[in-house]
This record gives sequence, C-alpha cells and structure tokens, in this order.
Amino acid sequence: MMAILRQKAASIALILGFFVFWELACLLLGVSDIILPRPSQVFYTLFTRWSAIMPHAGQTLYTTLVGFAIGVAIGIFLGALIGSSKIAYDTAYPLLVGFSSTPKIAVVPIFVLWFGAGTVPAILTSIAISIFPVVVNVATGLATTEPELEDVLRTLKAKKLDILWNVGLPRAMPYFFASLKVAVTLAFVGTVLAETVASNRGIGNMMMIASSTFNVPLVFAGLFVLATLGICLYVGFSLAERHFTGWANRKSEIVTV
Amino acid sequence: MLREWALRREREQATPVGAFATPQRHSDPSVRDPMIQFESVTLAYGRGESAVQALDKTSIKIGEGDFVALVGPSGCGKSTILKLIGGLISATTGYVFVAGREVGAQDVRIGMAFQNPTLLPWLTVRQNVMLPLKIVQPFRADWARKRKTDYRDRAEALLRQVGLSGFGDKHPWQLSGGMQQRASLCRALIHDPTLLLLDEPFGALDQFTREELWAVLQELWLTRKPTVILVTHDLRESAFLANRIVVMSARPGRVIKDETVPFERPRTIAMTYDAGFVALNQRLRSLIVEVRTGSEVTLGAAA
Repeated sequence: MMAILRQKAASIALILGFFVFWELACLLLGVSDIILPRPSQVFYTLFTRWSAIMPHAGQTLYTTLVGFAIGVAIGIFLGALIGSSKIAYDTAYPLLVGFSSTPKIAVVPIFVLWFGAGTVPAILTSIAISIFPVVVNVATGLATTEPELEDVLRTLKAKKLDILWNVGLPRAMPYFFASLKVAVTLAFVGTVLAETVASNRGIGNMMMIASSTFNVPLVFAGLFVLATLGICLYVGFSLAERHFTGWANRKSEIVTV
Repeated sequence: MLREWALRREREQATPVGAFATPQRHSDPSVRDPMIQFESVTLAYGRGESAVQALDKTSIKIGEGDFVALVGPSGCGKSTILKLIGGLISATTGYVFVAGREVGAQDVRIGMAFQNPTLLPWLTVRQNVMLPLKIVQPFRADWARKRKTDYRDRAEALLRQVGLSGFGDKHPWQLSGGMQQRASLCRALIHDPTLLLLDEPFGALDQFTREELWAVLQELWLTRKPTVILVTHDLRESAFLANRIVVMSARPGRVIKDETVPFERPRTIAMTYDAGFVALNQRLRSLIVEVRTGSEVTLGAAA
C-alpha cells in the first residue's frame, strides 16, 4: 500500500516538475510567447477564453466518440467474423495488416473530396482509424482461444454462436480492451486532423485559426484540451478494462483447504 | 474421401437406426442396449509420415447404464476414445455410434471431465459449474428464471459434496489444482448427464480425497444409473468403481482384455484390501506391464 502511494506521489511530482521546469526555462531564457508560451499563460488563456473554447471541445469530443463508437462496433463485428475460423483468419490477415499499416490520416483529403468539409469527414476519419486496432485484436484474441476451453462447450453440443458468446468473446476481452485504449487515442488524432484540414468547428479548426493569427497561447490551450480529453478517455477505458478483465491480471492468491 | 462417404451412405441405408439397439450378450444383467458402439475405429493424429496412430481397429460395445473403466499404458488412446465419443474428434476410419446413432446426431446429455480442469478463468467457480445449465436443454429454457435460485442451489449442493462449499465465489485460479479438478467434476455432473466421460478426474488428488470422491461417484451411479466411461491409471480405482475393465495395449491402442468386475455394490474402501480384489489388481497390473513397449524398462523387469 505504501509503495503504491509513493509511486503515485512520484508520478504527480514528475508532472508538476515538468510544468515548473517549462515555466522557469521560458522565463530564464526569455523565450517569446509567440514561440513557446509559458504554462501559466496557457492556463490563463484557457480560463479567460473558456466560453469560446468549450463549443469546440464539445464538437471534437462528440465527433471522436461517435466515430470511435461506430468504428469499434464495426471492428468487433469484423474481428468476430475473421477470428471465428482459422481459414478466415489466415486469409484476411495480410489484407488487415495492409489496411492497418496504411496511414489513415492520408484518407482525410479523400473523405473531404467525397463528403465536403464539416463533421462527416471528421467522423469518418475517426471511424477508419479506430476500426483496425479493434479488428486485429479481437480476431487475434478469438483465434488464440485454447481449444480445450471450446471443447468444454462442444461436448455439450453447444452451437457456434454459444461458443463464441461464452468462450470466444470473453477470452478476447483483454485483447479488445487493449485495442480500445489504442483506438481512442488514435481516434482523436483522426478527428483533429480532419478538423484542421476541412472544418469550421472543433479544436483542430480553432488551433488552425489561432495559429494563423499568431495567438500561440490559444494554440497551446487547444493542445491542453486535447490532452485532457485523451487522458480522460484513456483512464475511463483502463478502469473498464480492470473491471471486466481482472481475471487476466490475476494475482497469485492461492487458496487451499 | 468420396468412397468413404459412399460407403457410409450405403451403411446408413442398409441398417436402420434401431438396428444397433439389439440386446447385448453380457454377463451383467443391468446392461441394456448399447450406449456406445465402436466399429473397427482407427484414429491417426496428423498425416503422412508424421502421423501417429492412436487407435487401431478398435471395436467396443458399452451398454446403457454400464460403468466401464479404460486402463492401459500411457499413450494407448484411452483419452482418444473419450474424445471420439464426445464428438471432439472424428474417426479416421470406422464408425462411432452413441445411443444407436452416429456420434453427434444423438440426443444424449454428455457430461465430460477433462484431464485438465479447463475451467473458464473469467467465471467464478460457481458460474463455471453452472455453465452446462446455460447451454443444455431442458435447463437452458429456464436459465434466465432459475440461474439465481434453483440452479445456484444445485451448483452449491454439488460443490458441497466434493468439499468445495464456500469457494463458489472464488475464481478458478485462486484454487489449487486438486480443487479445480473437483470443480470440473461438478461441472460434468450438474446437468444430470446420461453419459458421463471422465478422463482421469481424480489424478491430481491426494489419496483420501480420491477415495471420498470414489464413494460420491459410486453413490451417484447407483442412484442415477448414467453410463460412465472412466479413463484411469489407477487399477484400484478402476476395480472399485467399474463393472467392466477394458485393458488397452500400447500405441496404437487395441482392446486386449475385457474383464468383468464381480464385486458386489455398494463397494467399500475396506473391500479394496480383500484377497479377491488384490488378485484382480495384480492380474491387470501384470497384463499392462506385459503390453508396455519393450523400449521402456518396467519396474518388474528391472527388479
């Protein structure tokens, strides 16, 4: 318990130390706030321009979550399809690797071309970017399920769907949650980029406009907002992960009679 | 491939389903129609030159309500027989019938306890034990309504019987190996199977727990009369529990001896030290020592 507290305290001290170092370095070296604003200036801007930033933050969060949710749903479906049979897995894997190594950011101009500027390309980018980690992980989780566990249900003459539901999917949950944490951070990248390129709303757009008027503290304020949103979602999924897949991080707590 | 299929079709047409349900010539009057029938079953794992032949032209008949123990040296295909009956693998050649129908088509509730406990790690012990009730009819239909009441009590009662009361809410990995195996035995029994396949279910247990569970299993067999097929390395266990002991040869496995166990029921642990019991054990032991491959040095030969 003490060790955990000490570790947490050290992490917080490191974060605070980082900001203090930044602040002092800017002050001592006399860095102009057009190049790199001090954290205090950024927080001040955040505070004073809050009402202007809020709608953009809301838009970005909304776009990201909608895209992420749709992407994850499609990802689970495709992952279950591919992971449920060895042949499908082996056949589809090269294509999956191909898709997931293509920089999804590069498709933003295509989406803009197809759907025009606005919310739609941002959501689509967020979908495209969050599908693949989920597909690959769910498929891998299913494909690596121990046949012995499936045998338990097969002797009961369970249907394929029963086996998927009772063994495959629970078994793939740790993989799935690992991919969620990756996907949600990536989804932000996709949204912000699409907003930067072609939108009139969202944090990405706000940062774009702020930088064109050399309002650098506002650019950094946007960055801080994005970081905060990203961290919150990451933590949220980590907590969900711990709740649902605690069995995979078992403690070696053996009971004997 | 095609020829095999054609042969099978021919056989299906030639012999109606009921044809296998002929009465058996067997010494035990309690034995009725064959629950299990192997017709010259061969099974090879792998293909080509690396293929390992586990079973060679094995034919076995096991009557409904019988209790059969399969014994033999390691790797003689005992577990393979259980997997064939459970429908987990299919025969390379030959036919496996369960309750007069080709395996998989039968309408028999099977309970299987594997060599490893194979409990699902994300479920608690109780949820693991209750799993068959969630899958198998007629229990499945009432799953939503009864899983918190009747089924839960049912699981608790079984866990108590094997000495695991109070551990229902633990996760499998919080239990020792022997406890996991007992939980897995409960899972094999909870849906009141008419065919019970046990693959060394007591292997990881200490002798006292093992003997306790022998009594539990005998009691269960006497009251419910399921067909039981028990794979074991323990000759004393086979003679205590079974009506029939089937001895298999080393790989590829074949049946070399089919011994009827004459002792009266209910059997007691004390009986296992009687002269007749010990003599049976010794006879089986020397038989198995004999059929083990020559490459392995047997204890008897070394002495």
